[in-house]
Amino acid sequence: MAGLHKSDISNPVLNWIDTRLPIFTMLQKEYGVFPTPKNFNYFWNFGALAMVNLLVMIATGIFLAMNYQPNTTLAFGAIQHIMRDVNYGWLLRYVHQNGASMFFIVVYIHIFRGLYYGSYKTPRELLWILGVVILLLMMATAFMGYVLPWGQMSYWGATVITNLFSAFPWIGPKIVTLLWGGFSVDNPTLNRFFSLHYLMPFVLTGVIFLHVAALHVTGSNNPLGIDVKSPQDTLPFHPYYTTKDSFGVCIYLIVFSIFVFFFPNVLGDPNNFIPANPLQTPADIVPEWYFLPFYAILRSVPNKLMGVCMMFGSIMVLFVLPWLDTSPVRSARFRPLYRKFIWLLVISFVVLGYCGMNKPEGIFVILSRLATLYYFAHFLVILPLLGKLERPLPLPESISQAVTGGRGGGPLPAGAAAKPMEKA
Amino acid sequence: MLKLRSLIAGVFAAGLLIAPAFAEEEVVLPKETWSFDSLFGTFDLAAAQRGFTIYQQVCSNCHSMQYLHYRDLAGIGLSEEQIKAVAAAVTVPQGLDDQGNPKEGPATPADQFRSPFANPQAARAANNGALPPDLSLIVNAREGHANYIYGVLTGYVNPPAGFKMQDGMNYNKVYPGHQIAMPQPLRDGSVDYVGGVTNDLAQESHDVVTFLAWAANPELVERKQMGVRIILFLIGMAFVTYAVKRKVWANVEH
Repeated sequence: MAGLHKSDISNPVLNWIDTRLPIFTMLQKEYGVFPTPKNFNYFWNFGALAMVNLLVMIATGIFLAMNYQPNTTLAFGAIQHIMRDVNYGWLLRYVHQNGASMFFIVVYIHIFRGLYYGSYKTPRELLWILGVVILLLMMATAFMGYVLPWGQMSYWGATVITNLFSAFPWIGPKIVTLLWGGFSVDNPTLNRFFSLHYLMPFVLTGVIFLHVAALHVTGSNNPLGIDVKSPQDTLPFHPYYTTKDSFGVCIYLIVFSIFVFFFPNVLGDPNNFIPANPLQTPADIVPEWYFLPFYAILRSVPNKLMGVCMMFGSIMVLFVLPWLDTSPVRSARFRPLYRKFIWLLVISFVVLGYCGMNKPEGIFVILSRLATLYYFAHFLVILPLLGKLERPLPLPESISQAVTGGRGGGPLPAGAAAKPMEKA
Repeated sequence: MLKLRSLIAGVFAAGLLIAPAFAEEEVVLPKETWSFDSLFGTFDLAAAQRGFTIYQQVCSNCHSMQYLHYRDLAGIGLSEEQIKAVAAAVTVPQGLDDQGNPKEGPATPADQFRSPFANPQAARAANNGALPPDLSLIVNAREGHANYIYGVLTGYVNPPAGFKMQDGMNYNKVYPGHQIAMPQPLRDGSVDYVGGVTNDLAQESHDVVTFLAWAANPELVERKQMGVRIILFLIGMAFVTYAVKRKVWANVEH
């Protein structure tokens, strides 16, 4: 019959489905035999961890939404209802609340991996750009989620962040009114943030699907940053990386559990245990920890519009990173200078985070300005120049040659990599 | 944020040596030992029950605890009969009668803790313009948590010479700005204890803070116990998955 897929699946029921809708063939191709570089280190677990984290957030979020009330007079009490009266409501909520922090920890490490090993370089530019879109969507989702408990920091955080848009001339105030659904952060704001907070994860899922689809076209980068040249360089995704990811997921869940069960509020702000009060501003308005570096960039510029532009710019610059980095060598392992500068970038990011935590006074102003300067200089000045000035170390011939220490890579075990490659 | 902040601050202060120069006038909080503090700590139920008595007799005259229900008191070890008795002693609004008039009656275990004032305006009017905060979450809602609340309760001293006090305010060495609207709520012997427990200010404060810490985190004991079981399970799973991974990778040069 024309158009039907010729399936290799032996189970008759699955075969019947697969013939008409080849999802099992696709799964086998993309997650079974998918040829994956054999030299991944544990940094390559974090994509899978982010996926697990997304599922945890959606699963807990759905049940939280069943018990939540997006109304300014009820929201704070609804959270207490969840914490005290709903069966295991405290568990759902603490998992969701700390899950947001875990998500950012995982994604920041995932991004660092991409930066260190040059995963954004050709042919993976679009893959990287989709990743930056995911980061932006995540930030928007996390921000709106933090507003929902309607505590003091929810309210004042929402006020400060939405007010940023008022810095833009002409359209700024109109954008802010639109975000608020009125003339201050109030019930319409909470309503729309709840609606969008529920919507965004599904948009996020869509973009993540594209991110993964793009990954499966180019294939993964690897710690050497060199292309896969032969079947000897790869292993089938299953069982090699399914087992490695399983181990990674266990370690990740242990860290997650330590937060949820023993320090559930250590990353939060005590002010958010006080119901939102538009008439009383807290002494310091601090965003959640994962926004602190960007908050510090915002505050390091004396001009509001410039500050807002720099803050957004710090993410926007990532979109053009594949073209700012002029070096053809991907992995920092073979870039003696880049390998030092990338750590300066990490340090500047951490310093910015620390400055964001403190009042913008004295030393913190100077520190955050220096760190902001370095952050932008790294992308806009150092990376374009480095590609021209740096003398990269010699690249290994192939992944298999490198991992077997120049012994030429012995024959692969039966059924490991060679066979799947024939299919692919 | 405090733990994280002080942790990171410590790391940075060591490296930068400049942080101390910018430290603000820091209030030193008392460092009490709390039954619920440690990794496996639970609530000292006897202390929490004494603390509830103090709440009933002292705090509840001004402070609400609107997110608690009388049934929740099972969490500090009160029996069903005790809870019924505690609730029945309180008169709460019970909606409308058949003629549409507001009705009142004895509370049941399902009722919320009765609030001392009908609304915030009434609370302010009765308290010299200050609003006594709801205590359901007070331990979580202040930097310093239990030690801070304990510090406020035991921090009433005479103002230093030359300190300008506003009308109707009280000096407290821990409260931000040192002027607190709440008059000293507890003193030695404020509440009668049975069973030979000393009812001095320190013990009373310790007990009521234990009660308030329970009220803010009633899930704490169950949470920690579940955490121990889940983390032990995950450590086991980590060993298993690592062994599987090793086995799978054993025949690959990598």
